[in-house]
Amino acid sequence: MNQFLAIVIDGIIYSSWLFIIAVGLTLIYGVMKILNVAHGSLYALGAYAATAFGGYWLAQGYPPIGSYGMLVLAAVFVGLVAGPLIERGLLRLMYGKDEVVLVLVTYAVFLILEDMTKLAFGVDPLSIPEPYGLLGSFEIGELMYPTYSLVLVLVSVFVAVALALFLGRTRHGKVLQAVIHDREIASAVGINVSRVYLVTFTAGVMLAALGGALTAPTISVQPGIAAEVIVLAFAVVVIGGLGSLGGAALGAVIVGMVRAWAVHKWPEVELFSVYAVMALVLIMRPKGLFAAPEARKI
Amino acid sequence: MGKMFVRAVAGLALAAVAAYSGAADAQQKRDKIRIGFVTFLSGPAAGPFGVPARLAAEAIVEQLNAGKVPAPYDTKGFGGAPLELVVIDEAGGTTKQVSEFRSLVSRQNVDYVIGYISSGDCLAIAPVAEEMKKVTVLFDCGTPRVFEEASYRYVFRTRPHATMDAVAAVRYLLEMKPAVKTYGGINQNYAWGQDSWNDFDLSMKALKPDATVTTSQMPKFGSGQYGAEISALLQSRSDVIHSSLWGGDLEALMMQAVPRGLFRRSQLILVAGEPYLHRLGANMPDGTIVGARGTHGVFAPESTLNTWLHKAYRTKADHDPNYPAYSVALAFLGLKAAFEKAKLEQLGGKGGKEEMEKAPGVGPGDEQLIAAFEGLSFDSPSGRATMSLGKGHQAVMGTAYGTTKRVGGKVTVTNIKRYPAEAVTPPEGMSSPDWIKGGMKK
Repeated sequence: MNQFLAIVIDGIIYSSWLFIIAVGLTLIYGVMKILNVAHGSLYALGAYAATAFGGYWLAQGYPPIGSYGMLVLAAVFVGLVAGPLIERGLLRLMYGKDEVVLVLVTYAVFLILEDMTKLAFGVDPLSIPEPYGLLGSFEIGELMYPTYSLVLVLVSVFVAVALALFLGRTRHGKVLQAVIHDREIASAVGINVSRVYLVTFTAGVMLAALGGALTAPTISVQPGIAAEVIVLAFAVVVIGGLGSLGGAALGAVIVGMVRAWAVHKWPEVELFSVYAVMALVLIMRPKGLFAAPEARKI
Repeated sequence: MGKMFVRAVAGLALAAVAAYSGAADAQQKRDKIRIGFVTFLSGPAAGPFGVPARLAAEAIVEQLNAGKVPAPYDTKGFGGAPLELVVIDEAGGTTKQVSEFRSLVSRQNVDYVIGYISSGDCLAIAPVAEEMKKVTVLFDCGTPRVFEEASYRYVFRTRPHATMDAVAAVRYLLEMKPAVKTYGGINQNYAWGQDSWNDFDLSMKALKPDATVTTSQMPKFGSGQYGAEISALLQSRSDVIHSSLWGGDLEALMMQAVPRGLFRRSQLILVAGEPYLHRLGANMPDGTIVGARGTHGVFAPESTLNTWLHKAYRTKADHDPNYPAYSVALAFLGLKAAFEKAKLEQLGGKGGKEEMEKAPGVGPGDEQLIAAFEGLSFDSPSGRATMSLGKGHQAVMGTAYGTTKRVGGKVTVTNIKRYPAEAVTPPEGMSSPDWIKGGMKK
């Protein structure tokens, strides 16, 4: 198999993972204009919940295939508990304040969740490797890939299509778009903005947790994973344009492909390559590739 | 009247200064000895290294205070004085650690500091310890630069530096697989990963000059996703893959690489693999060459002290001690040996355990302790260490490597080969890269 094909396949797999971890971040920003720094901790919480739910399932001797359901259930659980708790309990009190204040608030949530995770799960690494190997592997040329990677690609495509259809084709999606365009007018025409915020934030948290839950079988879940992910997720959404679903997808593909190319062709610059691309994009389009033009308000 | 007053004040001031410096220099009287212990309690290094180190420190201090450590360490505490630990989290970077160190010395009034797993922290703390004149024992960091690029009076390191990890790995590899033609690596992109790869690469060039490098992968520390790196390594078709990955990064690499058959194609060397033998289970392939950064853990020689450490550590944990726990034992026992050697000299060179315990409040001053510590040889659960490098401040020991083999579902290490210190460590006054490039002459 030639190197080019390996770069493309590795790039697609990495891009899919990046999209899953970044899409919740861009959704929350698009609707609520909150740069949610706690996104990384919610990803970590999803990963920890996946080890707990999946571990319990496997320990009971239930069919291993059900562990995939446990990963999704873990993400839903984290979303339904942490989402409303953070949005109703904290963020609701901060709406209307400067975006920087909200960044600081979510940073505080990030730190609190980091410590709470340590209190709840300890500092020893946890793992749930079973779902990763359960589906076997497939070969492309001389390289073997785990089928689980294919699942990640399919999930990311499903999430992207489902979100696009929801936003473009459903009434609730159009309500959401109205809030994105102008909160005040949306409120004036009778849209319950407060409820839209609650649902959006919960969905964003669920997506962050889904990213963590689906990543858990491939890594060792331990303190520190939150910070690594939030930096990458920011790079992806900044390249694509904060708040843009298409932008997150394109940002993920660009970062994934550039990183795969660097690893194969020039490993010394792998670390630098992602941020070099980000800098380049921001020089040319300071608001990202998919940023919508802003109407000037009087 | 005025002159008399000035003379009286000057006299009192001189007397105070003399009394203070005398106390500091000759001997220190204390009810207990406070030891600042710095290790990772949070962050990625906490689980595999930091927390085992803290558990080991707590177990060792309890055993020392109870006088339950085998001879020659059976005197209670240090020379009869009980020990008290002040534990500090090493996470947060070098700037924070320098502040924490200053606080340990000036606010917490610790007598000695034992600590530091990160090489970056060791390089940052050593000059501060020197400036504050606080005896500090570095227990786990590996960079040879601490004593190869500077000279310290108050700083000691009781474990060997990391050069031997790579040199011994190459010696072992060439004994086991002399026909190696190509080699690649995957190491974290920071000081430890880069140094380890450079030392391995230089050692291969010195001992197997016809072998060539295929690829050197340097993923970000904490990256966690290694799909592209594994593809690149698979395509490189290297005979050997060197890795110094540790913690969650190592576990993630193994979880992702084993199902893809990477190590069926290439011989894997894990220079810091020992703590993960049991954690990785099925993801630790048979035939992996592993090291423990010294004769620690499964490589520790059978001895009363080794048995003692196992038992003591198991009172705090549900697993056997790994190499950071052995490094902690080296630090505490080395400092104790130096302290008691100095105290015995203070007591006129006569007597032993009973005499020291009769005078628990008497202890050596820092200058006496340093004189006793420099060049000291002492026993430990890992074997005998000698402070023979860095003008007597850097320990040397032999090391060992082995190959994994699953027996009855449990990962064991076979074909263990031991290397004496002089075969894997540069002599005094020579830098590690120069020594390796020069053919590693004893």
